[in-house]
Amino acid sequence: MGTTFVKIATATVGSGGAATIDFSSIPQTYTDLVIKISARNNETDNGASLRVYFNNDTSNIAVKELRAIGSTPASYSITYAQAGYVSANQTESNVFGTATVYIPNYTSSNHKSSSAEIILPSNVEFYSVLSARLWSSTSAINQITIANTLSWTWAQYTTATLYGIKNS
Amino acid sequence: MAMTYEPLNTTTLTTAAATISLNSIPSTYTDLVVVFNGTNSANSESTLQVNGDTATNYSATIIDGNGSSATSYRYSTRSSIYTQVTGCGTDQYNMIFHLQNYSNTTTYKTILTRFNAASKGTSACVGLWRSTSAITSITLGNLSGGNFNTGSTLTIYGIKAA
Repeated sequence: MGTTFVKIATATVGSGGAATIDFSSIPQTYTDLVIKISARNNETDNGASLRVYFNNDTSNIAVKELRAIGSTPASYSITYAQAGYVSANQTESNVFGTATVYIPNYTSSNHKSSSAEIILPSNVEFYSVLSARLWSSTSAINQITIANTLSWTWAQYTTATLYGIKNS
Repeated sequence: MAMTYEPLNTTTLTTAAATISLNSIPSTYTDLVVVFNGTNSANSESTLQVNGDTATNYSATIIDGNGSSATSYRYSTRSSIYTQVTGCGTDQYNMIFHLQNYSNTTTYKTILTRFNAASKGTSACVGLWRSTSAITSITLGNLSGGNFNTGSTLTIYGIKAA
């Protein structure tokens, strides 16, 4: 039996920054996908929105977020592909946010539900976000884009790795 | 190279069912990861039982967000672990369970759960099964009735520490 948690691709942002991180031509031979992200953004703020969308579709998204911000928990309904918040350029130096996105049955002809956990560890503003996500498309996922808001860029050393899991 | 996430069993429903079970779980792994993905005929909360135990040997603490408010709940001496406090809706949703050290016969068993239904909410749960028995089966059910629909899947993976 072959290994079942397999690295498909990894991307690391270079010194020039990057507007998005893209995984394309995703093989359709796995059952589930996992994305592991370590990210920092050049947005002028304490935290930057991290967005994950599929097949270049920024619509057809529903998200329920559970946020812990300092001592205050809150929950939000969102219709864009936000997974949570990571470090931005007002976060102290060398601090990167981390995220995990789990996408079961990504090749199925059903709508695509997924799970995300993301943390912005910072002395300025600490965010922990759990989210339930639904992409209302029956298409198999063959492309994943990690983006942010407006024209901000991902900072150098931001990394994302895509893994495939087989159920047999 | 040691294998990670070794698939042990996958059940894909060909007819709707009120429960889904995974039985005869081998004791040779260190941890288990169980993944559910599918839909439900009713807006029901999901439940988890192990080893066919229907006695009040379960507790859980849940933090839940329904899109407008965040809440925390604690249940003790229940007949199952509740995985969330809101229903699951009728669109695709998923649940991920982590069972660390599931086969030891010394400690009670802790089960970590993430529930994700974008039409209803998201939650994180820590559940406790008050038994020192090794876990050999898992049953997913519905608290408020209803069925898991055709096409829903439940997969169990084994993870070895060495």
